[in-house]
Amino acid sequence: MTTAPILEVRDLVKEYPAATAVAGISFSVPEGICFGLLGPNGAGKTTTIEIMEGILPQTSGEVRFRGEPLGARFREAAGILFQKTALQDFLTVRQCIALFRGLYSHGLDVEQVIRLCALEKLASRDARKLSGGQQQRLLLAIALVNDPAVLFLDEPTTGLDPQARRNFWELVQSIKAQRKTIILTTHYMEEAELLCDEIVILDRGRIVAQGPPRQLLREHFAEVLLELPRHEFPQRARELPLKILDASDRVEITTDDLEGTLRTLLAAQVPLHNLRIRPANLEDLFLDLTGTELRP
Amino acid sequence: MRRLWSVLHARNLEFLRDRGTLIFTLLLPVMLVIGMGFVFGGPERPLFKVGVLTEHIDKKTHPFLGERYVDFVPEPVATTALHKLTHQQIDLLVDLESRPARYWVNTDSPKGYIVEKLLLATDPAAQRQPVTGAALRYVDWLFPGILGMNMMFSCLFGVGYVVLRYRKSGFLKRLHATPLTAFEFLSAQVLSRLLLILVVTAILYAGISAIIGFHNAGNMALLILLAVIGALSMIALGLTVAARFSSEELVGGLLNVLTWPMMLLSGIWFSLEGSPRWVQWVAHIFPLTHLLDAARAVMLDGAGIVQIAPNLLFLAAMTLVLLAFGAWSFRWRID
Repeated sequence: MTTAPILEVRDLVKEYPAATAVAGISFSVPEGICFGLLGPNGAGKTTTIEIMEGILPQTSGEVRFRGEPLGARFREAAGILFQKTALQDFLTVRQCIALFRGLYSHGLDVEQVIRLCALEKLASRDARKLSGGQQQRLLLAIALVNDPAVLFLDEPTTGLDPQARRNFWELVQSIKAQRKTIILTTHYMEEAELLCDEIVILDRGRIVAQGPPRQLLREHFAEVLLELPRHEFPQRARELPLKILDASDRVEITTDDLEGTLRTLLAAQVPLHNLRIRPANLEDLFLDLTGTELRP
Repeated sequence: MRRLWSVLHARNLEFLRDRGTLIFTLLLPVMLVIGMGFVFGGPERPLFKVGVLTEHIDKKTHPFLGERYVDFVPEPVATTALHKLTHQQIDLLVDLESRPARYWVNTDSPKGYIVEKLLLATDPAAQRQPVTGAALRYVDWLFPGILGMNMMFSCLFGVGYVVLRYRKSGFLKRLHATPLTAFEFLSAQVLSRLLLILVVTAILYAGISAIIGFHNAGNMALLILLAVIGALSMIALGLTVAARFSSEELVGGLLNVLTWPMMLLSGIWFSLEGSPRWVQWVAHIFPLTHLLDAARAVMLDGAGIVQIAPNLLFLAAMTLVLLAFGAWSFRWRID
């Protein structure tokens, strides 16, 4: 099913004196989906999302919301959660939410947002005294006060512990269930795989892949992926006619012929007692497209 | 020692690479030295100030005008000059064109007592006219200055640093992502600080008045109007300074550049009467000068809105221009 795009990005370029952060990208975001912007550090994700949020001017190109350039209508309809946001000092959770509710002409009731983000027990607490996970729930609540048509989440779970992260994902999924459009940037491929209906992978300011995660995995990967400890993988085996990729402490081999690959490895006397076989995931796709070397 | 050196080195690098702050830090002492030299340099100050009822003083017309250590100031309007004498802004007033010469002396002024002796030594026939009415105490004259100074610090530093902190913490960036406009944000800051200033000034006014036994000669409503417009102009000045910068040191330095000259030249501690004309002209660029001139006129002389209208108009115009400039140059985020 094709839905009309809520956001369209056309030939977007952002140049800084020392570098080009975004080098002419185009994509559109259908209404009601969770759209992921992925990429390594410095790929241009945050620059792209900030231009889409209307808070950073582009060098050229345009972003359209429901067919119109970003303007007052967009600001009323967008909810935003930045990577890092400080709030005004000495305000309680409820007062922080009320402050932002007052900036929009329409939206949800403050108590409704508090319930939505499970902040009832924290509503009277000083916002500065919240834990990382609680702080993110408050920032999500603030992003939801105007009942946004489009919600931007810029690396929302960075720095959270696994419990807080999962709790946050559940919240996002409940928002997604209301057919809100979500634009998400993340470094966690598990997060993108779980939440995103469609992704764009950026590298050096350009799009290197675009589409639904499952479809991209099918297009780029064979069915299975074999993992072996790197220190157990003999040097001579690197000459084998296999697709071998070094990934930190392990070696990954992708193949659509599992039996043939296993025979080849056995013939080369590669130890297989620590072998793991699994289907390819989004992280594999990400590393395959953007490489494994550390970015400056 | 190694740890101290590491922190010292990093801090020095941070400072040296913040070019705006660096330039400013080097420029401020130079500007202060030049400014102090202009204001307080030159020949030794006269000991007495004598008003002469004339348009232009010709020193050859009377032997008294040749006295050393006396600053003779032309006073074309007699009523204004008498007013100054009553308030001890001048030590003696003389009319040397009449025959015999006449002079007015404030009987409560110690300086007036001495300078009167000097006049009579050169012209024993001069006719004495004692000034009646209560003499102005220095504390009464200082009172508006203290209120104005408190207002200036609160407006400039209170608003400037808050906006800077909001920008550095990213709070402004978050607000920018909402329908809030720069003008709305700045107006909210202005009104919040204005309310605070008015409450604090009212408490100060009531408290100090009770302690020193001050009686306001003017209209209280006019004084409140003046306080509102004066505070607005200085809040607008603070906002303009903080509108786009992100360095505490630079903003702090710029605010100091504004407060120091106002402290010295706006007439908080002493009257600039008799100082070079260009100094008086420079002093009238500052909002605090207009605020204090008007406040003293109302509080001490009972001036009405017509008399202080030029000051009110200047402050109102300054507020509008600075707020418009501040909104135009405002930056939500660190560039």
